[in-house]
Amino acid sequence: MADVLVVGELKNGELKKISKELTSAARKIADAIGGKVHTLIITDNVDAFAGDLKAVGADAVIGANLGEFSPEGYANGIFAVIQEKKPAVVLMPHSAQGKEYSARVAIKANAGIVADAVALSVDGGKVVAKKPIYSGKAYANFKVSSDIQMFTVRANSQEVTPKDGAGAVEKSGASVGEVRTKSLSKDLSGGNKVQLADASIIVSGGRGIKGPENWPIIQDLADTLGAALGASRATVDAGWISHSHQVGQTGKTVSPNCYIACGISGAIQHLAGMGSSKYIVAINKDGDAPIFKVATYGVVADLFEVVPALTSEFKKVLG
Amino acid sequence: MKIVVLVKQVPDTETNIKVGDKSINEAGVKWIISPYDEFAIEEGIRIREKSGGEVIAVSLGPDRVVEALRTAYAMGVDRAVHVKVDDYVTFDSTYTSELLANFIKAENADVIIGGRQSIDTDSSQVVVQIAERLNVPHVAMALKLEFDGNKVTATREIEGGTEVVETSAPLAVTAQKGLNEPRYPSLKGIMSAKKKPVDVKKPEELGATGSKLEVVSLEPPPPRIAGRKLEAADAQGFASQLVKALREEAKVI
Repeated sequence: MADVLVVGELKNGELKKISKELTSAARKIADAIGGKVHTLIITDNVDAFAGDLKAVGADAVIGANLGEFSPEGYANGIFAVIQEKKPAVVLMPHSAQGKEYSARVAIKANAGIVADAVALSVDGGKVVAKKPIYSGKAYANFKVSSDIQMFTVRANSQEVTPKDGAGAVEKSGASVGEVRTKSLSKDLSGGNKVQLADASIIVSGGRGIKGPENWPIIQDLADTLGAALGASRATVDAGWISHSHQVGQTGKTVSPNCYIACGISGAIQHLAGMGSSKYIVAINKDGDAPIFKVATYGVVADLFEVVPALTSEFKKVLG
Repeated sequence: MKIVVLVKQVPDTETNIKVGDKSINEAGVKWIISPYDEFAIEEGIRIREKSGGEVIAVSLGPDRVVEALRTAYAMGVDRAVHVKVDDYVTFDSTYTSELLANFIKAENADVIIGGRQSIDTDSSQVVVQIAERLNVPHVAMALKLEFDGNKVTATREIEGGTEVVETSAPLAVTAQKGLNEPRYPSLKGIMSAKKKPVDVKKPEELGATGSKLEVVSLEPPPPRIAGRKLEAADAQGFASQLVKALREEAKVI
């Protein structure tokens, strides 16, 4: 059997979109190599998610109760499921958590791994993973030559396609095993209401916003669209906003469906972090700014006039 | 404390990349230390300055990576090791982590630090893979590290905020921006770095089992959807055009 195992992810008790994206991608791979799709969700309440995952092609939805996130505990639990299911292919999210446990899982399973894949196809029974390298200045296609082929996949890179899977629900007895890093406390107060990494819309501000007092103009548009708030390095270095909002080479790499850059000139380091966004809107007074080279829609105008007008226009149409 | 710092040499972001069939054309490429690895080098030196011991910088790659090791020397590391690998298996994190882990195992290091990711492949894999291979805990995306003997308290970035964790050495750490401010090498440091020895290790000596990735092909980035500048008389005009474009043409909002 050439089964595909997906590791899904929850956020605040809800299924993240990446879980469906990966299940959908797994379905296509499994159909090409002749196998089943198993989607693993770390939860004690797997029944709540089975329907949604079955509808995008999961043949089996597995729940493993591994408690609070710890990279070692998740890696141990996920590896136990791998040993049981013996998949040929494992897809994991290239999320903050996924980056950590996937590295351990790959070593435990003696598997090769391609991280941050943005496209998956099948050639000669093997998965071909495409990923951007050198800040998006090149793309590489890789095959994994070990028995188990592992991939972490960037959020928003895979289509969600409805397709019925068998959708059987299983509960795994996998346990966390030994965990040597203890969480003492968490501070989630400084973060985004919507997370940058998997946001489908991002509204970002750059030096053009002139000062930290003007973030509300950008935040209003983001709130109206249910978008995450991003920032350029210049604004973070100036102390106008925390680093957790930074998009770009020394910040976060994002691939939203829509990236709205307000007052961002588009330094190459910024483009490296957001250049794979599907649609890019640039609003900037300087018509020669490099951001216009990648923008799908360019607006050469004063952001202090255009952004509020855009917010009120969206409020009208979105109700 | 024995501290091993992982240093990767990558093309400067501003550099032009010419894509070949299975590798890039390196002619004219300007090489730098991956920015997150600079935080790692700095942190390694700071730990030694506080707790004593030795900082060893290790870099995997072809001969050119010796330049990166000279920079690490100039910043203040005590020893430099070059794991000499000439071809593009350096894309393969499991092969890289195996070679480096085998080297580190022999050194019996207390702390292994690297950047949270390298800016050429952005995989975020090698340091945590090394932790797994050495059977030690890790702290990813570290913003603050404190040692009390073997006890380690760290603040790290997590999705949506920060987390304080407690663990113990030996451990592996990945450095996030904010951990420290890397120092500039002094002129004296740069001069003396030129004369310091760089140990060379070959893959055969480190006993790695080989690459698990096959590079099928490299290609230039996909062409972007053709962009256009909108024309309007005023802000309201731009706003209504944009809303229409995003909702009816792009269908993303």
